[in-house]
Formats: sequence, C-alpha cells, structure tokens
Amino acid sequence: MIYDIRLRIAYEYQAPADVGRHILRIAPREIPGVQRVLHAALKLDPAPSEKIHRTDFFGNDCTEVAYGAALSETRFEMSARVERIAQDLGLDVSPDRSRFEAELAATPSIAADAPQNYLFSSVRVGTHRAVADWAAKVARRAETALTTAEAISDALHERMTFDSTATMVDTPLEEAFHLKRGVCQDYTHIAICALRSLGIPAGYVSGFLRTLPPEGQERLEGADAMHAWVRAWCGKDMGWVEFDPTNAMRAGQDHVVIAYGRDYFDVAPVKGALRIAGGQSNSQAVDVVALD
Amino acid sequence: MTTEKPPRQDDVQVSSMSQSLQGRPMQVQRQSGQTARQPDQPPGAAQAARTARLKELLADYHPTTGVSDELMDDTGTIRPVWKPFLDRLARLSADEIALSQARGTQYLRDAGVFFRHYGPDAHEEREWPLSHLPLLIAEAEWQSISEGLIERADLLERMMADFYGPGTLVSEGLVPAELLAANPEWLRPMVGVAPKSGHYLHMVAFDIGRGPDGKWWVLGDRAQAPSGAGFALETRMATSRSFPGIISDSHVARLAGFFRNFRDALLALRDNDDSRVTILTPGPMNDTYFEHAYIARYLGFLLVQGEDLVVKNGKLMVQTVGGLSPVSVLWRRLDSGWLDPLELNEHSQLGTPGILGALRAGNLTMVNAPGSGVLEARALMAYIPRIARQWLGHDLAMPNIATWWCGAEEARDYVKANAGRMTIDRALSNRLPFDHGPDVIIAGETRRGKPFDPALIDEAAGRLAAQEIVSLSTAPALSEAGRLEPRPVTLRVILARGPEGWQVMQGGFARIGPADASADISVQKGGSVSDVWVVCPEEPEDDTLLSKGAPRHVLPQLGALPTRAADNLFWLGRYSERVEQKFRLLRAWHLRLAESGRTDLPLMQLLSTTLGTMNLDMAQAFPDGLRYDIQAALTSAGNIRDRFSTDGWNALTDLQRSVQRIGPRLKPGDDAARAMSVFLRKISGFSGLVHDNMYHGAGWRFLSLGRAVERASGNALMLQVFTLPGAAEGALGIAIEAGDAIMTHRHRFPSFTSRESVLSLLLLDPENPRSVLAQCREMLRQLDGLERMGEAGLHPHMTPIRREVLRLDTDLAIAQAEDIDPDRLQEIVAATMRLSGLLAETYLR
Repeated sequence: MIYDIRLRIAYEYQAPADVGRHILRIAPREIPGVQRVLHAALKLDPAPSEKIHRTDFFGNDCTEVAYGAALSETRFEMSARVERIAQDLGLDVSPDRSRFEAELAATPSIAADAPQNYLFSSVRVGTHRAVADWAAKVARRAETALTTAEAISDALHERMTFDSTATMVDTPLEEAFHLKRGVCQDYTHIAICALRSLGIPAGYVSGFLRTLPPEGQERLEGADAMHAWVRAWCGKDMGWVEFDPTNAMRAGQDHVVIAYGRDYFDVAPVKGALRIAGGQSNSQAVDVVALD
Repeated sequence: MTTEKPPRQDDVQVSSMSQSLQGRPMQVQRQSGQTARQPDQPPGAAQAARTARLKELLADYHPTTGVSDELMDDTGTIRPVWKPFLDRLARLSADEIALSQARGTQYLRDAGVFFRHYGPDAHEEREWPLSHLPLLIAEAEWQSISEGLIERADLLERMMADFYGPGTLVSEGLVPAELLAANPEWLRPMVGVAPKSGHYLHMVAFDIGRGPDGKWWVLGDRAQAPSGAGFALETRMATSRSFPGIISDSHVARLAGFFRNFRDALLALRDNDDSRVTILTPGPMNDTYFEHAYIARYLGFLLVQGEDLVVKNGKLMVQTVGGLSPVSVLWRRLDSGWLDPLELNEHSQLGTPGILGALRAGNLTMVNAPGSGVLEARALMAYIPRIARQWLGHDLAMPNIATWWCGAEEARDYVKANAGRMTIDRALSNRLPFDHGPDVIIAGETRRGKPFDPALIDEAAGRLAAQEIVSLSTAPALSEAGRLEPRPVTLRVILARGPEGWQVMQGGFARIGPADASADISVQKGGSVSDVWVVCPEEPEDDTLLSKGAPRHVLPQLGALPTRAADNLFWLGRYSERVEQKFRLLRAWHLRLAESGRTDLPLMQLLSTTLGTMNLDMAQAFPDGLRYDIQAALTSAGNIRDRFSTDGWNALTDLQRSVQRIGPRLKPGDDAARAMSVFLRKISGFSGLVHDNMYHGAGWRFLSLGRAVERASGNALMLQVFTLPGAAEGALGIAIEAGDAIMTHRHRFPSFTSRESVLSLLLLDPENPRSVLAQCREMLRQLDGLERMGEAGLHPHMTPIRREVLRLDTDLAIAQAEDIDPDRLQEIVAATMRLSGLLAETYLR
C-alpha cells in the first residue's frame, strides 16, 4: 500500500515569541522490509536561521531548527510518499513467559533496538502499582509473550474510552488509567507500563493512520491527527511486534511509522522551549491518502 | 532559581561508619630529642617539657582495636611521618593551640568560604567545618596511592568510551545492560558523540579509605563534576594560617602546580587564544557555588550560568555586553541531565538549548563529557574488578570496596546470606558507601532497627546493590579539651588530565568523623574537613600558579562580561545606592523626631508620606522596605561573587547582620538616628571597597552606572518633593541632608538657604559629586568606556541611553536655578526614570 501523507503543524503566538530551537520528529522512517520512504520533504515557514538534519539514538529522522528573531507564527509542513509492505503475521513463535527472562538475558546489548533499552522506567513511563496489578490479572491466562501483549492491548481497549478532552499531552499515565479515558498517547503509555511490569520490553511508536478506511470498514480512531501505538519485544525469533491498543489491533497496513522510542519523551513531534509573554495556540492537520 | 530540585545534593558528602569502640591500652613511645632546643631553658628541661606536653596531648588517644590508625601503628608507636609534626605541636601550649585554631577559622570566615546546607531551612550558608589538624601522609605512600588511582582513572576513561561507543562491555557480559539502560545518567543522545579533545574525562576524584589491613580502598568514583579542588586549596590556606611555623618546615608538597597544569591543559584545548575557558555553574543556590566562583577567580576563567550561553550554528557562545563571544572549552559544574533542555531534562532552566548539538558538531570540549555520571553508580563497582582483569590482565593496584549487584541471582543469594556484614542500598545511587539513602539496610537492619525482609531483595533485585561494611582508619583531631583523639577518616583525591596524562593533586582533603565514631561524618551532618599534607623527604620546590613558559594566557579579556553579570552589577550599584539614600532620609526623620518628639508636624508628615512612597512604613521601627533592598543588593552581589573582592562581600553581609541584629530593637528618635549613622558608614564602606578596588573594566562600569542612575533619579525626586514652593518649613534642609550636602551648602551659601541655592547645588553643579548633572557626566564617562570595549559598530555611539543622558546633561548644563519651575523638575525626574530601561535595552538584552 502506498500513501501520500501531509502533516501541517502551526503555532501562533499572541505576542512575538523568542521561538528558539526545536527538534522536529515528523518525517516517516525507513524500516527495511516493512516501510519504504519513497519521498519526504519538509517545508518550514518562516525559513529557520539554522537547520540540521540527523538521526537520533533510536534511528529516528530528526530535524533541528533554530530561529534568530522573534516570530508571531511558525508553520511546519511535512509531505511524504510511503510504501507499507504487507507483512505475514505468522505463527506465534514467541517464548513462554517462563522462558522469557532467560531469552532476554541471552543477548545483552545497549544498542538502540535492544530490548534492554525498553524494560526499565523511562522519563514518561515509571512503575505504577495499580497498572501492574491490572496487567497481572489481564495476563493470567496468557502463555506466550505475544499472547500477553495482545491481551494487554485488547483489555486496554475494553477498559478505556477514547476521549480527546479528558487528558492533556502531559497528563500522567496513571491519571488516564484511573479516569479510563484518554487518547492514543495515554493508551500507549499505559500499555508500555503494563508490559514492562510483566517483564516484557515495550516502546512507543509515533506515526500516522490512513485517513479514510478501505471500503466497507470503519474509520479508525486517531486518524485525523498524529497517532501512537505500542511495540513489544516478543522474544528473539519474533522480535518487535506492534499493537494499536486504541483500535485493538496489530499495527499493519493502515499504520505508517514516524519514530520509535521508550515513550513520548523520545519521539515528541516538536520539542523545544519557547519564551513567550502571551498565550499561544497550535493546530495540527493530517492527511493520509491511499494511492491504490 | 526555578528548577524542579537542587541539581546536585552535595557531592562533598561523607558518611557514617560502623565501628566497634573497644578501647585498648595505649603505648606511646617517647620521643628522642631531635628538634631545635629552646634557648632559655637547659636542654634537658626543654626536652622533658615537650615530652610531658606530648604525653598530655595524647592522653586520650586510644585507637580502636581492629582498625588502622594513621598516627600509631598497632603497637602504639607513632608512625615516623608524624613524629616531627607532633614534636612541633608539643611546643605549643594549650592556649597557643586554641589560638592556632582560631586563626584558621578566622581565615575561612574572612575568605568567605562556605557551603550551602540543605535542610529544613533551605539556602543556609554554613562555614566550612575545618578540622584544624592536618592528615599527614608520607610521599612514598602518596606515590603508590597516585599510581593506583591513575590506573583506575584510565580504566574509567576506557569504560566511558565503551559505554558511549561500541557497548562491548555489555554485549560481552562484563557489565549488566540494566546498569546503563535503567540509569538516567546514561545519556542516549551522547552515544556515538566522540569528544573533541580525544578524552571524555578531564577531572575525576576518588574517595578512598584505609581498611583494617592497612591498605587503601576506593569507596567511590567521582566523574560527573567532582567538587573539592577549590575547597582543598582553601583548607590548605586555613591550615597554613593555623600552623604557619610548622607547615613551612614540614616539607609539605605544594598544590599550586596541580592547578597550573590543569589550567594550562584547559587553555591548550581552546580553538584559539581569544576564547576563554568558561566554567558553567548552576548558580548561587548550588551547594558548592562558593567553589565555582573561587576557582574561576583563582584560575582566571569566566564563570557563567546556562542562560549566559547560546548556541549559534553549532557553536557555543557567551552573551556578553560586547556581543557574542565563542566558547570552545566548557568546564561544567552542573550535572549532565540539566545541560540541555532540548535533548535532556526539558524542565531545566540551568542549561542551554542546543549545547549537545555543539558537542556533536565537534566545536566544544566539555569537562567532563556529558553522561560521565554513569560511572558513579555504586553497583558498577561490582564489575570494575572484572573489567580490569579482562582489559588489563591483572587486578587494579587499589581495589574498590567489595560490592554486589542484586540484579544477578548468585549475588542476590550471597547478599541474603551475608547481609549482616553489608549495607544494602540503591544500585544506581552515586552516594558513598557510608552515605546512606533513606531505605538503606545496614548489617541486616533497616534504619528503624527492624530486621530486613529477604523477600524485598528478590523483589527489588536490580535496583539494589550491597557493599561490605569496612572499618575506616582513624586519624587525630583536636578534641574540645584540646587533646588529640582518633576519628574515622576518608580522603578525597583529585586527578586532572594534563598533556601527559593524569596528574594527582599532592594533597586534597580528608573528611573526619565526629567524636562519636559510630555517627555520620558527612560535612552536611556534622563531620569536618582537614588538610592533607603529603610529606616529602626533602623540602619541595617552591611553586606558584604562574606558568613556567611565557605568560601569554594570563591576559584577561575585559569585554567578555556576560550580560547577566552586567545586569547584576548594575542592580547592585542601584540597590546599594538606594539603601544609602533611604538610610539618610530615615536618619533625617529620626533626628527631627528626637528634636520635637512629635510626628504630627507638617514637616514630619511630609517626610513620612515621602518615605511611604519609597516603601518605608514609619509605623515600623525598622521598615521592611529597607530590609528588602538590602536583601536585593545581597542577591545581586551573590550572583557575581567571582567579580568583586571578599572584603566587599563581607562588608555587605556585615551590614545585613547588623541590621538584623539591631534593627528590630531600635527606638524611634535619637537611638534610631544614631543607628542609621552606623549603617550609613557600613554601606559607604562597602561602596568604597568596591569602587576603589575594582578593576576599571566593564563590570565596574555597570556598577558605576547603576549607582549614577539611582543617585540621579533619587536626588531628582527628593528635589521635586522638598523644593516644592509652599512645602513645609524645613523641607529645604531635608533636601540638603538627603543629598549629603550639608557641609558643601554651608560653604557655598554661607548666609542663606533658598530653593535656588538648593537646586543650584544638588541639581546643576557639576562639581558636586552628588548633583544630578554630575551623575550625567559620570554616565557619559562610563558609556564612553563601554563603547570603546565593544566590537566596532556593534553599539554605535548614539545609543538610546547616550541620547537620553546627553539631552539631560545639556538641559541641566545650560539651566539656571531660577528657571527650574516644578513642571521642569517634573520633566527632569521623568528623564532620570527612563535611564534604567534605556541602558538595559542597549546593553543588557
């Protein structure tokens, strides 16, 4: 499946703001065998005084921009054409949870994709007793790592109601967990927290969903903005498997990956401090159009 | 300072230690007479007196069985390195020793050495707790300590390169992945960023202690941003002051060479000779800020805070009043996590956005590279011996204290079985073995004395590490009775990288536990600090900070005044002048109150209304408004302590102390008037010290501008109020007093006082240093100086501030007193009020 993707992010400031320096993580990443970036372009208005393009620790594409003067608005526009290669979901060859720890220990590494990087508390996902207790209950009957991750994703979907007004970008995950409401970021953080509490390495995926569903299917939740889902390490043979708890499904043909990280902190689309006197408003628009 | 938490709880911490306190009979070997005889006494008598005195000094010295002692071996014999020192000490009477101690303490007080204490009363400054007796170590032993620690520092450098490079220590199973992956000090954005200088570590410190077997053990690795070098220097100064005669002939190794080498090494790392080595401090609220300011002053480096810095096109720059100035070597005294809100802690206001980018671009050397705090995790000590064997093929010459990481099953079982001789605490903590966290388990018990639950060890597993409890050696300290007593001791040894590798400071400082040996010996918790004398066989060469080669590095760059420092100096000038004006007006009020005893006279009413507009409530004996201004002056001064003399600082704190002590007890009238005179003398003392002694660089100019701006607007305002036609009887006299011009007025206008005479003297007379016109002249002079320093064309001469000052200057210069009606005076006041904003717009943005 090939998609044409357009993302527009705009910030408007009541008073001209010292916009400073930002890191943008908004362009899709290349994933061998899964996702090919056929074309990607970034339009920045006004043009920044500095622009550095690089990849971060996790291999995500990022662009650092800096502005010399105070601005009253900034616009970032990303357009890309991306091919998602159909994946065979295959059989569950993930280890039983009893063998899991040994398998994890067998390949120690601190490389970006190494499961060890996704097992411990990270900036936005700590440990929470309530989430851990819930996860233990949900996973009671799951035998393998894969079925465990699936069970968590499904149970979270059951528990939560999608509500874009209930939480903010910095709402702690335990608050969303108790509210039982939130958006994809909350779902994903809770899922990561739950999986790690079970000893399963889990990370954050930021990306896009196709805007209009294939004929005869329902429109997915989160398609009109940037999306987020979780990935879980399911043993050395299966490796990383992506689940979308907001939609209770495996991430697949409808999902396009921008960035991988341990949690939102690692992949936030726009990072950077502002010095502003007045208020600000921002808007985000996403179009993900399937070409065939 | 607005941050989530203080960035670094004291790195200069010590520890508590468990020791048994079984005394044992002591044998002191009598000294044979080997020192110079005192002329007045027969040789035998002098010798006998000293022997008796020594016996008295050592009467309470009973080292504990089973621990090493620095002074005595286990037969009770004084170790050779201490003999000459004790012999000299025995020549001092009890009074002389007390006097020696007082001299050292006084030195520290005068030098303003303090550390910040975190406790219920935050921000409290405490005196550096000097334990006056030095710790003596023979040079030969120091040599072997040095070799051992250099070996370890080299190993740490290689580990750092691996943690931020290929990661083979983890993939080959020598270090558990968790010790990095779960450690917030392992900074993923720094992985793959090679240091520009070729080295990650440039300054490290080790805390070491001597075990019962007489060998030294490493207790903690300090690689983040080790403190102590400056404190070591001041501790040495204080001890020299205590025992000047003894240190001068004790063959003590000098410290200056260490600093010279490190300074020259950092200077050599710069891109060019124009850039300054810059020290990044978290600011005056940090517990070791004194040291940052001290080292900056001592080595001639620029002291900045994160907000002084900006990254442009991959280069780090400091914002100075002369524009942006490049920084290619940054010595950070800030923990890594706070360095860059863009990539690290996003709430940090202590850092600089993009600073990691400058490292990535290869334009900056940071001392040490960000992320070096990962080396401090206590659990890592469980693996360092293995790494050494694997990489070096042998054990490290100086071992570290035995450590077990509870994430490993075998270690966990061992810890559960042997918890009785261990402390169990957080694995990733960077505290020293004896500096416990809140949930530590010591010898199998919790802090509350309850037996520990082994199941907790299984549950917390990788979050815990255990360390063997060692009994540290004891060293002599002076007891309250003026005698020597043994107290537990640890040493901080500081290493700096020079062109030829690591250099070890020949000394450092020792931390001494309190008298009760089982208690905590942290500096924060009642321990004390002593100088360390490395005693050489021969008198070491005299050494100073001056470079051996050409002194090309010592030229200071005066234009490189950070904007924030300029702002603080400007406000220090304003506040100190404002305080002075207020003292003067308050004195006028109290003098008149003393004369008439009434507050309802028109003049008193006018005065108290005017004082009210200055935020001084005359219902209070010592108005809060004044206290706030003094505090504001101190805060501004505290931000720039590297920039003016200790005497100046002491004058200001002395004023604050007097005000706090006397202020609340003042009785209105004569008593208060006299007190105001005392305060006025103190604040004038401060101004005099600062203005007369400060180098006439950019900093002095901003201070002077602040004073002139405040004096101009304050005087103009007083003139407006007190020369208003129809003002209360005696108002003109107040104007003269407020302008500190009683004598001058009497001299210039001997027979009369009129509105014109007052305006002529206090507004228009350029020869009266307190007139508004004189302030204009002073401002123009200072602006000239600043413009000469800036880069050409950066601030064209007709700046907004200069335009306003010139306009006012001209206006006043051509005016005659009789032309100045209240409306015109109103305009003049308004003009003086604009100056501060215009100056900030021109220079302080």
